[in-house]
Amino acid sequence: MSLVLTLAKRQFRSYFNGPTAYIVLGLVLFVLGFLFWETFFLYDRASVREMFNYLRAILVVATPALTMNLIAEEKRTGTIELLLTMPVTDVQVLAGKFLGVLGLFGVLVLLTLPYPIAVSTLGPLDWGPVFSGYLGLFLQGAAMLAIGLMASTVSENQIVAFFVALVLTAFFATIGMLVPLLPASLGHVFEYMSFGYHFEGLARGVVDLRAVVYFTSLTTIAGLLSLYVLESRRFR
Amino acid sequence: MDGLMTEAMIRADSLSKRYGAVEALKEASFVVNRGEIVGFLGPNGAGKTTTMKILTGYISPTSGRAEVAGHDVETDSVEARRAIGYLPEHTPLYTEMLVSEYLEYVAEMRGYKGAEAKKRIKKVVEETDLGAKLGAEIRALSKGYRQRVGLAQALVHEPPILILDEPLSGLDPNQAAGVRDLIRALGRERTVILSTHNLAEVQVTCQRVLIIAGGRLVADDTPEGLTASRGRPRLLVTMKREPSFDASAFEARLRALSAVENVRAIGLDDPGEIAFELTSASGADARAEVFHAAVESRGVLLGLERRGGDLEDVFRSLTTEASKERAS
Ligand SMILES: Nc1ncnc2c1ncn2[C@@H]1O[C@H](COP(=O)(O)OP(=O)(O)OP(=O)(O)O)[C@@H](O)[C@H]1O
Ligand SMILES: [Mg+2]
Repeated sequence: MSLVLTLAKRQFRSYFNGPTAYIVLGLVLFVLGFLFWETFFLYDRASVREMFNYLRAILVVATPALTMNLIAEEKRTGTIELLLTMPVTDVQVLAGKFLGVLGLFGVLVLLTLPYPIAVSTLGPLDWGPVFSGYLGLFLQGAAMLAIGLMASTVSENQIVAFFVALVLTAFFATIGMLVPLLPASLGHVFEYMSFGYHFEGLARGVVDLRAVVYFTSLTTIAGLLSLYVLESRRFR
Repeated sequence: MDGLMTEAMIRADSLSKRYGAVEALKEASFVVNRGEIVGFLGPNGAGKTTTMKILTGYISPTSGRAEVAGHDVETDSVEARRAIGYLPEHTPLYTEMLVSEYLEYVAEMRGYKGAEAKKRIKKVVEETDLGAKLGAEIRALSKGYRQRVGLAQALVHEPPILILDEPLSGLDPNQAAGVRDLIRALGRERTVILSTHNLAEVQVTCQRVLIIAGGRLVADDTPEGLTASRGRPRLLVTMKREPSFDASAFEARLRALSAVENVRAIGLDDPGEIAFELTSASGADARAEVFHAAVESRGVLLGLERRGGDLEDVFRSLTTEASKERAS
């Protein structure tokens, strides 16, 4: 476990060794602020529901930017060889990488706390949906980061890893929109696969176990696929 | 030799590796004992790096097995890796980190914390003479210093086994000498296997040589053993250049000698002398015949020096034989 934390710490710090953390976090918060305050007074409601929706949309682009270097860059520079010949298992390496980027995502989530706080000073804010919304945001973020980790494991080119992750996360983020166009049976499947369907309940303040299971399953599946790809190097 | 000295630290048992259609390694078997420094030689693409990647558990062999410090590299990989310090080819490092940061990270990955980690880092920094560069970013280091950082990270956990893939490549002669001395010092207590293209290096540093060509192990011997058994002994004959001395007639006479296989005239810096290099069949001593030939040609014999074949001859003959075999 402590090795996983060591790896997570190195990954987390590496974001601040270069400009990545500052650029990605800065842009996300800037775009979010712009979108949120632009429409906030239009709705004239003390709610941060729109913040979650904007943020979830922005994350489709932002999470691939955070995950693209995780494994791809180590493969390109060859440091992966030293990393994987340390006395750690491949699972520990992936877990460390994932926790490192999840930590940075956690920082991003914390930086959005001023929104509900500010809104609560402007009107009566119902904190229940805010908490469950943050839970949903965190779960969806974890799933997106795991998908990004997988994309970064597949390629040694960060740009490729970025676009693979972008396409996959965009798929889960937008697939719900296709539902009205599809026959009911297929529509149900697509609906169930979409982020939005599961986030909806959480945003309303309902902590549905199925939503938790959905996001954690997606995270786990992406993690297992990453492991499979990482281990496949041994047999190529 | 006592029991400890002959304890096998690395044992490869008919290792083969295929990358798709490429057979990079073919049934290589060898043993490296405790306290040995073994040089791993072979032309480009021979399979040296592949072998090292298998020993360090980075990739799996297609067939065969290997043991490191008694641990199977496949089934007991993490334990095997604890016993290894590895310097991969091209010395990959996190270039955005400071040297000190990087070594702290490595110490932590090797399970050391606090004072123990500090002590270990201090020791390897001394060993690799990195003291002046601790605060530098790795990307700003010269190749030689990067190589030292690479060695330092391999030494932090005082591993009984060092696997070094071309540790001296790209270093200037001074830095290479420094690193070579370090490896020799380390090799007093440790088992070292290092790959290199520098044959002179092997002769001074290594007690044993493994030569690999086309994925097959073609030699496993001491450098002296190899040059004695495979190298062609040569004779350097130096004659005085005089008007009365007919060099080409003398050369023809040398060629005709029974113990001589080949003759090559070599120009010398000194215009007053001329030299011939003779190769003879293994074991044959042509010195007496050469002396008589010189007397008969009325030449003045200035020097008659026997030279063992060098490692380069051995390397050439072994690795070209192997490639001829492959071609046929
Ligand atoms: N990942 C890979 N995929 C396909 N072929 C590979 C791979 N790695 C190595 N090879 C091939 O395997 C063979 C052995 O390569 P290896 O790197 O082990 O050689 P080497 O002895 O270390 O050579 P060098 O002295 O040039 O470093 C070569 O033919 C090489 O092209
Ligand atoms: Mg190599």
